[in-house]
Amino acid sequence: MDAIVVDSPWEAVIGLEVHCQLSTHSKIFSSATAAYGAEPNTQACAVDLGMPGVLPVFNAEALRMAVMFGLAIDATIAERCMFDRKHYFYPDLPKGYQISQWKLPIVSRGHLDIEVDGVAKRIDITRAHMEEDAGKSLHDAYPHMTGIDLNRAGTPLIEIVSEPDMRSAAEAVAYLKKLHQLVVYLGICDGNMQEGNFRCDANVSVRRRGAAGFGTRSETKNVNSFRYVEHAIEYEINRQIEVLESGGKVVQETRQFDPGSGQTRTLRVKEDADDYRYFPDPDLLPVICERETIDAIRAALPELPEAKRERFQRDYGLSAYDAATLTAERALAEYYEQVVTASGADAKLCANWVSTDLLGALNKAGQDIAGSPIPAVALAGLLKRIADGTISGKIAKDVFEAMYAGEAHGDGAADAIIKARGLVQITDTSAIEAAVDKVLAENPAQLEQYRAGKDRLFGFFVGQVMKATRGKANPALVNELLKRKLAG
Amino acid sequence: MALDLQQIQRVAKLARLDVDPARAQRYAQELGAILELVDRLQAVDTSGVEPLLHPVGMVQRLRADVATESDHRAAFQAVAPAVDSGLYLVPKVIE
Amino acid sequence: MHEKSIKELSAALRAREFSSRELTQHFLDRITALDARLNSFITVTAQRALDQADAADKRFATGGDLPRMLGIPIAQKDIFCTQGVRSSCGSRMLDSFVAPYDATVVHKLHAEAGAPMLGKCNMDEFAMGSSNETSFYGPVKNPWDTARVPGGSSGGSAAAVAASLAAAATATDTGGSIRQPAALTGLTGIKPTYGRVSRYGMIAFASSLDQGGVIAHSAEDAACVLGAMVGFDERDSTSVDRPSEDYVAALDKPLAGLRIGLPAEYFAEGLDAAVGDAVRAAAKVLEELGARCTEVQLPHSMLSVPAYYVIAPAEASSNLSRYDGVRYGYRAANAGTLEEMYRRSRAEGFGAEVQRRIMIGTYVLSHGYYDAYYLQAQKVRHLIAEDFARAFEQVDVLLGPTTADVAFMLGEKTGDPVSMYLNDIYTIAANLAGLPAMSLPCGFKEVGGHELPIGLQLMGPHFEEARLLNVAHQYQQATDWHRRRPAGFE
Ligand SMILES: [Mg+2]
Ligand SMILES: [Zn+2]
Repeated sequence: MDAIVVDSPWEAVIGLEVHCQLSTHSKIFSSATAAYGAEPNTQACAVDLGMPGVLPVFNAEALRMAVMFGLAIDATIAERCMFDRKHYFYPDLPKGYQISQWKLPIVSRGHLDIEVDGVAKRIDITRAHMEEDAGKSLHDAYPHMTGIDLNRAGTPLIEIVSEPDMRSAAEAVAYLKKLHQLVVYLGICDGNMQEGNFRCDANVSVRRRGAAGFGTRSETKNVNSFRYVEHAIEYEINRQIEVLESGGKVVQETRQFDPGSGQTRTLRVKEDADDYRYFPDPDLLPVICERETIDAIRAALPELPEAKRERFQRDYGLSAYDAATLTAERALAEYYEQVVTASGADAKLCANWVSTDLLGALNKAGQDIAGSPIPAVALAGLLKRIADGTISGKIAKDVFEAMYAGEAHGDGAADAIIKARGLVQITDTSAIEAAVDKVLAENPAQLEQYRAGKDRLFGFFVGQVMKATRGKANPALVNELLKRKLAG
Repeated sequence: MALDLQQIQRVAKLARLDVDPARAQRYAQELGAILELVDRLQAVDTSGVEPLLHPVGMVQRLRADVATESDHRAAFQAVAPAVDSGLYLVPKVIE
Repeated sequence: MHEKSIKELSAALRAREFSSRELTQHFLDRITALDARLNSFITVTAQRALDQADAADKRFATGGDLPRMLGIPIAQKDIFCTQGVRSSCGSRMLDSFVAPYDATVVHKLHAEAGAPMLGKCNMDEFAMGSSNETSFYGPVKNPWDTARVPGGSSGGSAAAVAASLAAAATATDTGGSIRQPAALTGLTGIKPTYGRVSRYGMIAFASSLDQGGVIAHSAEDAACVLGAMVGFDERDSTSVDRPSEDYVAALDKPLAGLRIGLPAEYFAEGLDAAVGDAVRAAAKVLEELGARCTEVQLPHSMLSVPAYYVIAPAEASSNLSRYDGVRYGYRAANAGTLEEMYRRSRAEGFGAEVQRRIMIGTYVLSHGYYDAYYLQAQKVRHLIAEDFARAFEQVDVLLGPTTADVAFMLGEKTGDPVSMYLNDIYTIAANLAGLPAMSLPCGFKEVGGHELPIGLQLMGPHFEEARLLNVAHQYQQATDWHRRRPAGFE
């Protein structure tokens, strides 16, 4: 599938609606646990099941998290917001309505800055409202029946609605990744897309480049990976262009993405009967969020990715690239800072070890920083030994591998491995001098060639000396002594 | 304000109520009469008046985020029309 | 025993003149003997009642600080969920629904206060009705004339208490469902301030209007029961967090200086002459007790019915969406598709009046009508509430008729929804404004050889239920309308 080309007469218009599950202990309107993965319907209490006569009571933590999000995107926080009922019938929606926010959402008018191919762009966020999640319908469990599991019903969500500001799948994915990074940073969402913590609906339309109005849009529902979002949007853009170019009309409809084929297909056409009959939920009262409360939440906000990246560049002297890598995830940034503090080593050295060696190994193992077998303090222990000259950087790679493989554990793992393997660097000048003399004596031909002007052989002699000392010789000393002896 | 049969069927569809033609006829009449009664509201000047959503002016109380409910699936599903393996069953949803 | 007041019964139980078990058995015997003529119970829970009576008797034996309602057998309107007992709300939809939990009111009255529960009272389906003719379990008859309706929606509660089949009964009031049946059966019924009685486990009709209360023989009895029902409930967001009051202790306050307002609009065209005379005579009695009566204006009061018939059906259509045949309740047999299951389960499970209100509510909330109907009705509701606020700057309580006339005949109004809706013309405003309001008997009108009770309505500012009960009690000290019992049920 070709992406839209620059000189195409068509322009894509994309807006995203993201449902983000808040990582509270209990549900938004009940005291049932919001944990994932339990046996069907064992975590759905009477309120979640919409039993007769039961009533919702709002979870303070859901409000706090929604406000955190609003503050992080520089949005307006409603000091007074309301819950409304959105009506539709579906078997995994227990009450026949979803408690949501319609007219007065908690968060409105924020923004998120993205960058695609070095070009910065601001994406406006129309609103973010609090609502309850629905349960799950299991369509494949029975031949003629659908099974309903309501454990997820009542899990707190914020639905984040962007303006139709994106013009390509790449921009949409950049926005989505940025949003994902933000909510995970804030600690308000686990961000596990497979478990449905973070779900995306993509509204896509196409118009003639330069046109003021919008084309008819399709809404592709519940795409659950960044890659699928990209594919789904690209597919939609091309499909709609084809429809328009062949003289057809795009239909307003809800579509579904099939990861297998990489295509979207019609789920249902929007009908007049799509009438949600919103009205204020009479079981819930206006939610008041006072200035002081908002200010307190603002004061307690964690450092956000952008600020952290700037600080890493400024305080640690890192390149923009390294700073971005190390702040991509809050846990990784925290790991890195722990390494710096505990090792006392050069911050750039620490950055190289974390972003190259550790992340490389983790990537290969399909792990993220949380799954690192080497705790930050242990890695710091290793870097300390490089800094104080106990081992060379090269030896350190072996120690690292041994640590990663679990050869020793705990904060002192590096020291234990260095000791057990006898890897302490040789810094005794006379010992190194003896090794140098021996190497020169054993390689008279090379010595002669070197002295005749073949400088490149210097590396050969370094290698021979290191080999003779089993890699433990201090490389700086080896260099220095070799230069002196070779000069004759 | 009278309702036509098409409107009646549209509302019945939204409300998920089977309405046969005879009943639709009756509804058109009865609902028309009720709407005539409530249409008296239209004559009232309410400019500048806030809607009164709750009779006693209170604000939402916040519940501490503590999970206290335990599993009552067996009791809840004892009154369910159709269940299997802990799942509620409905005729297959066709999408 | 059944002719005694709750205070008298409580004293007798404490003095061990008879046991709660004997008292409970006595009421159960009366139900068995007399309820066939009334149909006031949907479910009688004899064994549970006797077990609870035994538990009460044990507590009497132990002594100590005993709740006022301990051992006093009462009935629950079948709108309150009762764990292990069918909680039908008068509907085929919930005929099979044995609630897995107790309503807060049920817990408070039986588990905490120790009152035995005799059973679950009949009611209009989902509390939608003013005559108790919409119940899936058949109409309830008025003990004063069994050819007439007892009023609704708490018609079963009213008939059961009027016939002395229970010492008192819980009830709920969305537009008059406590006061109108109390008026039509010669009883005292109080709907407290919105939020005073928890709605948890009380099956919702219209959430912003529904309020639990009690129907009893007298203000004193009502004060005893209500005191055990009210209180903050953290499971109801609309529950009011205020300390509870001793309504019984407040009953004896003299009425000297009490300012009573008679809303001019409540005595205008449409009010039966005999009812108007009885209500004015009651005002005179209160004046003799030291109160001063003046006329007040509630200029928007005649908009109550139209506002109500937008707001209540709108909320009801939403609240009743949960009855979809999936998790509990009626499911139509042999539905091939999900849509068919929904449409048939709801069409077969709900009765005609409920479906009518769902249709109205769905319509007024639907696209294009929300502002014109729902929003406008809520604005008018504000105007109505402001009328009351102004009136209560001048007077302490309002007094008027509860209903325009006495009990009507069974079947008389079933063909005409609008005339049925106009039954609640004087009672609805208190629900819209969330005010405490009560009805008490103030006379009788003879119709066709039957003495039919007339109801007097009192309304007060928010949280002034103690004041209303006090006024009613003082009136009942000076009159004996509330002591009359229907022939055949003495
Ligand atoms: Mg949406
Ligand atoms: Zn949503």
